[in-house]
Amino acid sequence: MVKNKKRDWILSLASAAVILAVLIFIDKRAHYSMLASVIQKAAIYSLLAVSLNLLNGFTGLFSLGQAGFMMLGAYTYAIFTIPSASRASVYQYFNGGAITFTLPVVLSVIAAGLVAAVFAWLVGKPCLRLKSDYLAIATLGFAEILRALIQWDVFGPVTNGSNILRSFPSFGSILTPVIISAVCIAIIVLLINSSYGRAFKAIREDEIAAEAMGINLAKTKMQAFLISSFFAGIGGALLAMFQASVQAKGFTSAMTYEILLIVVIGGIGSVTGSVIGSFLYIAASEWWLRFLDDSVTYLHVNIPFMRGGFRMVVFSVVIMLIVLFYRRGIMGENEFSWEAVLRFFRDPFHLVSRAHKKKAAKEAAGHE
Amino acid sequence: MHGFSYILDILLSGITVGSLYALIAIGYTMVYGILRLINFAHGDIFMMAGFFMVYVSATTGPLLAIPIVLVLTVLLGVLIEKAAYKPLRSAPRMSVMISAIGVSYLLQNLATYLTGGLAKAYPEIPFLKSTLSIGSLNVKMITIVTPILTLLLVAGLVIFINKTKIGIAMRAVSKDFETARLMGIQVNSVISVTFVIGSLLAGVGSILYFTNYGQVSPMIGAMPGLKAFVAAVFGGIGSIPGAVLGAFIIGICESFIKSNDAIAIFSNAFTFALLIVVLLFKPTGMFGEAQSEKV
Repeated sequence: MVKNKKRDWILSLASAAVILAVLIFIDKRAHYSMLASVIQKAAIYSLLAVSLNLLNGFTGLFSLGQAGFMMLGAYTYAIFTIPSASRASVYQYFNGGAITFTLPVVLSVIAAGLVAAVFAWLVGKPCLRLKSDYLAIATLGFAEILRALIQWDVFGPVTNGSNILRSFPSFGSILTPVIISAVCIAIIVLLINSSYGRAFKAIREDEIAAEAMGINLAKTKMQAFLISSFFAGIGGALLAMFQASVQAKGFTSAMTYEILLIVVIGGIGSVTGSVIGSFLYIAASEWWLRFLDDSVTYLHVNIPFMRGGFRMVVFSVVIMLIVLFYRRGIMGENEFSWEAVLRFFRDPFHLVSRAHKKKAAKEAAGHE
Repeated sequence: MHGFSYILDILLSGITVGSLYALIAIGYTMVYGILRLINFAHGDIFMMAGFFMVYVSATTGPLLAIPIVLVLTVLLGVLIEKAAYKPLRSAPRMSVMISAIGVSYLLQNLATYLTGGLAKAYPEIPFLKSTLSIGSLNVKMITIVTPILTLLLVAGLVIFINKTKIGIAMRAVSKDFETARLMGIQVNSVISVTFVIGSLLAGVGSILYFTNYGQVSPMIGAMPGLKAFVAAVFGGIGSIPGAVLGAFIIGICESFIKSNDAIAIFSNAFTFALLIVVLLFKPTGMFGEAQSEKV
């Protein structure tokens, strides 16, 4: 066991180094390629999906307010980092805005998480008492209310109303979002494996039993909600940097649904699944399935149904198939482990063990 | 200050919008009453009904298209139930809700693909487009027809549910799924009938809504859908009169909020604020039945 732990550490460090090297290479050689853009967006969505999974998958609280907290994070980051020189042009309808100072990027990202968490406390206080689908619809409603508040002219000097926020600092290198997301996800994983995480899972399995075991339901649910929203806020800030502009009308419930579907594809209750799900989802929707949107002439015959929008139809059919027939998603509730990877390399698709079984069965039949 | 006719005008348009929410809300409340499922795709069925009308009436003309559109909408609703909800009947509630979100996503993407993502002009139905003059007030025919038709349909539905055999079976299933099945009720056919009624009303609602609104676009179903759901919760989920009353209140309040420019941006937010207030102080709604958690 001790030897395995040492082996796992070495393998993890080695693969992290390899990934880092590949990323640096991509950053240097192909900074503006589709690949680089997919990596950045997928890294951000990984964090968003893991933070939603913490709530939906690990604590069993079906919340649909993710987009609202992302929006708060994105706005907080943007408001605090727009350089003083650009404020006059960004806030042109509000006399340069009410905020005149600029915070460093790192502080603003943390502030993004904190603002989201503060609002999560306000939303959670009344909402977390509600059960399953009522909670879902109430959080969805709060996200819509927050969106209306941000667009309200009265807050215009701070939020710029329904106008776009831009000119704030963006990523210099594709490593930035990957590293920030990785650190945040690592913190979430540590949390899930701690006694907090076990309390979350206990609530998911059976609220009444968890309460009988001495878990304070209200407090623990609130912890999960705050942590999830904090990281959703940070994810929102990263998304703002990636898009280089923020506008409230982008953060609709459709965005929450998108992240929810990623969680489902990866497996509800698996961090590894959410990360794999994000990369597959973003790569497929932004890149691999692009060809479906272009009209194709194959052997002089123009295929009539391949045109703009076909990609998303194919994509949503695939998602429905996963939801209906492959409910466990890619990973189910399993996590990545080197043991499983090595087992796969020793015996891909159980070919060897199946052959063994067959042989044993044959021999057993021969003896009779 | 504004004159009386101005306020009357806002009130009338609120009643019209409220009736439309009522027609959609009934679909939500009935499905929730029986399957305990928020049918997120219901708003998109409403949107698809709008597009059916656009395409069917292009060949048949608007009047003949109405029955065809209603049939297509019902077929779509039943198909969705059979394909996306029936296989998950024994699955956890979260899975079914995710499936509903998936269907909604699929319908929106399908509509975007088929239409090229553009809004389409809704065909004009001559009778509904005409205007009626009462004294100095000019009222669009649709404003009068909508609430009357809605109330007639609701009355018919209430009679159907209280008097007919299938209506009684529906109430039994919504009371207790398992016991109803033990009593020999064909639960699956009851569920199908629920979806037929819900989709039919959504179809009627879509004809009235889009005639008033003038155009259909792929993402248009989500908001009216959610608001109708709020109406259903407000009235007490499972209760048809409650859903109708909730829909009228939401429609009228929304109409007044929209008429005031300073707070018009809160017309959607208001609905959700109302939802949250209701959930906090009377979670079962105005006419809902109290439910206790079974251990």
